[in-house]
Amino acid sequence: MRILLTISDFLIPVTVLFIVVFGCLKKVDIYEVFLEGAKEGLQTVLDILPTLIGLIMAVEVMRAGGLLEILVELIRPAAEAIHFPAELAPLSIVRLVSSSAATGLLTDIFSTYGPDSFIGRTASVMMSCTETVFYTMSLYFLSVGIKKTRYTLPCALVANIVGVFAAVWLVKLVF
Amino acid sequence: MLNGIWGFFVIGGILTGAFLGRMDMVTSAVIGGGKSAMELAFTMAGVVAVWSGVLKIAERGGMIDALAGKMTPIMDFLFPTIPRSHRARKYIATNFVANFLGLGWAATPAGLMAMKELQKLNREQEGTASSAMCMFLTVNMTSLQLVTVNILAYRTEFGSKNPAEIVGVGIVATLITTLVGICVAKLLERRM
Repeated sequence: MRILLTISDFLIPVTVLFIVVFGCLKKVDIYEVFLEGAKEGLQTVLDILPTLIGLIMAVEVMRAGGLLEILVELIRPAAEAIHFPAELAPLSIVRLVSSSAATGLLTDIFSTYGPDSFIGRTASVMMSCTETVFYTMSLYFLSVGIKKTRYTLPCALVANIVGVFAAVWLVKLVF
Repeated sequence: MLNGIWGFFVIGGILTGAFLGRMDMVTSAVIGGGKSAMELAFTMAGVVAVWSGVLKIAERGGMIDALAGKMTPIMDFLFPTIPRSHRARKYIATNFVANFLGLGWAATPAGLMAMKELQKLNREQEGTASSAMCMFLTVNMTSLQLVTVNILAYRTEFGSKNPAEIVGVGIVATLITTLVGICVAKLLERRM
């Protein structure tokens, strides 16, 4: 555990150090090139800003109106029917839509069941192997003006659903 | 597709808000949504600018080329339509590696650059995603990150006796989702 946290403390500084030293060795004008890249980065954020506003507004409206809770309630009986832990159903749905809302649910789960319970462990693994599909898809596709996303959504959903079940199964198997 | 989802969120959110008597909360969501997006963008702009700068040094020094070169076999399999020397490969390689290491903020600019390059190669009708884009985003959305440090931090905060005990299982689960994503994408590629 301590090793992992130390590695993660080192990761970003060492990556930057490595790249800058490498740049020096290759005689790159490091500072000038950095500024050039930083400018491009700012432009990128500016380009995706409208998408970001639209996304966050829609997700907040959905959460505030209670649509997310209704969706979760609709899924619950189906989850129970296939012996999927009902406590985890909300997290698996919310995770697809909003990372911050999912983190909120995760900490709720930790304080109710404890991080070392079956539910707590499974929730941790679920968070590790899934992604906020709606956010990622909108951001990347809309940045280049793609509207017809073909089979991207089904692929991402299937992978994420399999991930949720794999988390439950693996935690049962290992612990 | 995205229009439909966005509309569903907004219309559905407002209608359920009306039914459940939560219109005050919906109102503050409409007004506050833009504000929280701007706050996020403000933080994001700083971090993305720093990483874009650092990545530019790596690119100019030839590091990204070396990285993309090492990943040629995987790239050939996932993206047969992208020519070997094309820039799209470099940005995709950077995005994958940054995601893998958990450097999410470095992954985003590389990923957006990759989309720009993929759009140049796109032979589909206007506004339609190419197969390479679908594969790239599918892999991206299966969470490549090996160790989710923030989850470990929350586990520690809530008094776990061994916060890192889930790391191994997490890696296996991530591997499963990524492989499933790739398989489904390859299967659907010719049909949709």
